[in-house]
Amino acid sequence: MSLAIIFIYIALVLTLGVLSHKLFRNTGEDYFVASRTINWFILLMSLFGTNMTAFSILGASGEAYHRGIGVFALMASSSALVVPCVFLFIGTRLWKLGKQFGYMTQVQYFRDRWESDSLGLLLFIVLVLLIIPYLLIGVMGGGGTLATITDGTIPQWLGGLLICAVVLSYVTYSGMRGTAWVNTFQTLVFMTLGGLTFFVIVNRMGGLANAIAKVDPGLLMQAEHIKPLELLTYICIPLSVGMFPHIFMHWLTAKDVGSFRYAVLLYPLCIAIVWIPSVLLGILGNVDIPGLKGAQANTVLIQMIDTHAPGILAGFLGAGVFAAIMSSLDSQSLSIGSMFTHDIVRFYRRKQGRKQMSERQQIGVGRLFVAGVLCVTYLISLIATPSIFRLAIWAFTGFSGLFPIVVASLFWQRSTKHGVFAAVISVILLWLYFFLRNWQTPGYTVGGSGIMPVAMLIAVSSVTLIVVSLFTKPPTSQTLRKFFTDSDVGGTPELPIAESSNL
Amino acid sequence: MKRPIRWLLYALLLLLFLLHNDFWFWETSQLVLGVPVGLLYHIGFCLAATLLMAALVKYVI
Repeated sequence: MSLAIIFIYIALVLTLGVLSHKLFRNTGEDYFVASRTINWFILLMSLFGTNMTAFSILGASGEAYHRGIGVFALMASSSALVVPCVFLFIGTRLWKLGKQFGYMTQVQYFRDRWESDSLGLLLFIVLVLLIIPYLLIGVMGGGGTLATITDGTIPQWLGGLLICAVVLSYVTYSGMRGTAWVNTFQTLVFMTLGGLTFFVIVNRMGGLANAIAKVDPGLLMQAEHIKPLELLTYICIPLSVGMFPHIFMHWLTAKDVGSFRYAVLLYPLCIAIVWIPSVLLGILGNVDIPGLKGAQANTVLIQMIDTHAPGILAGFLGAGVFAAIMSSLDSQSLSIGSMFTHDIVRFYRRKQGRKQMSERQQIGVGRLFVAGVLCVTYLISLIATPSIFRLAIWAFTGFSGLFPIVVASLFWQRSTKHGVFAAVISVILLWLYFFLRNWQTPGYTVGGSGIMPVAMLIAVSSVTLIVVSLFTKPPTSQTLRKFFTDSDVGGTPELPIAESSNL
Repeated sequence: MKRPIRWLLYALLLLLFLLHNDFWFWETSQLVLGVPVGLLYHIGFCLAATLLMAALVKYVI
């Protein structure tokens, strides 16, 4: 039964992808950013769905199993505050610049903003390297979940292959519009099924109050498992959305700046809807399935379903996990495909003075790269060890460490390419240092104080960017005029959203 | 008119950031409405963030 539900779900996803192709305009802009026509609802759902991975459903339960309610404060409510602010203050501005100058990737913007091709290349390499582990955990996690739900009927390698094949089909066929439509459907699916799973299990456990009374009180408070400085500095992690290539690409799809309104406003509520059931079920898992060690706890939700509602609910959960994984994997693979097409192939063709690619060629190259990215990801997933999950979690820290760059690009005219170069190098070095420390000592915090390494990365990259910029040559006045209006001198630029009559 | 409201909302944003660190419920496992009070606080925090975002979209922009 569970397999039937999963296959019905996959059929629905593919149908939606095919239907969206009917609106395809056969241009590069349509393939990569849906001709910038996405309305507020699809923008909200696709931004939220892209940002929520399988980790939000399975990983959050596993973390809550070990660390209790504090996981919600660390990972959910912090995002509820930070992520919409990034959409509002960063996303809207980048949308405006993207529309004005026809940008499709971050690297195109950064290259122009700081007049440096080599800086663009460095950022391209860093961004792609950071996103690869993120892609891998989707394929591996999805395959593993399917294997568990079906008791090995579908092995992990086949589950991973299935996920890659489905994503490949609708992303290559329908591009960003198909991705956004499918993301919307998938986001609604995992939000609904998460709630449904929660109510069914809690009901079978005799009600929330009854079940929670059996939980170790240490899991119902933050003091036992979280240090105050960890909570204070963990809020830096969600800043990573400001540098995610796939989120940048979704921002560019907005029909107008007013479309951001509900993405900003409703994001905190969407976070609560997904994370409350995940965290509570993780905590309640201690009652049903005590004694899980380390990463074993990531299967707590699946085991609870197996205990309380096998069959149909397991199928729904499988569909929900698939939804969460594919809604991230599609956008990530499309964004990397777009980066290879625009930042490497088109850019260096133009630089070599070769004939520009036609719209058809752009779409073809984009499809080829998306297929290549998914094939390589799948092949690596066959040989990668589970330790890749730790690497992927650290990818967030890397993206967050780069956040000061996008802030400087928008708000500080005096920032220079040398300052940004130095900041990126500082992030690379510190990331490697802290990553190795964490590898030796899992759960490492700076000096054991609870301070998350991400806070150090952001502080050091900010200071480096400022100091080096002040001692190096600023961008030309021509470039500054391009990106800042006269009214920006001595202050922050006006929010572009103000120009929208839709608000 | 808009500028004072804008600064007020920025101040509220800072306040909300500070309120995220709920050290006052740090060692309490008490249940309120059947939910641990620390968790209920952060659910309320999400609602407060929604309200503030609504105000930011309306007044700051």
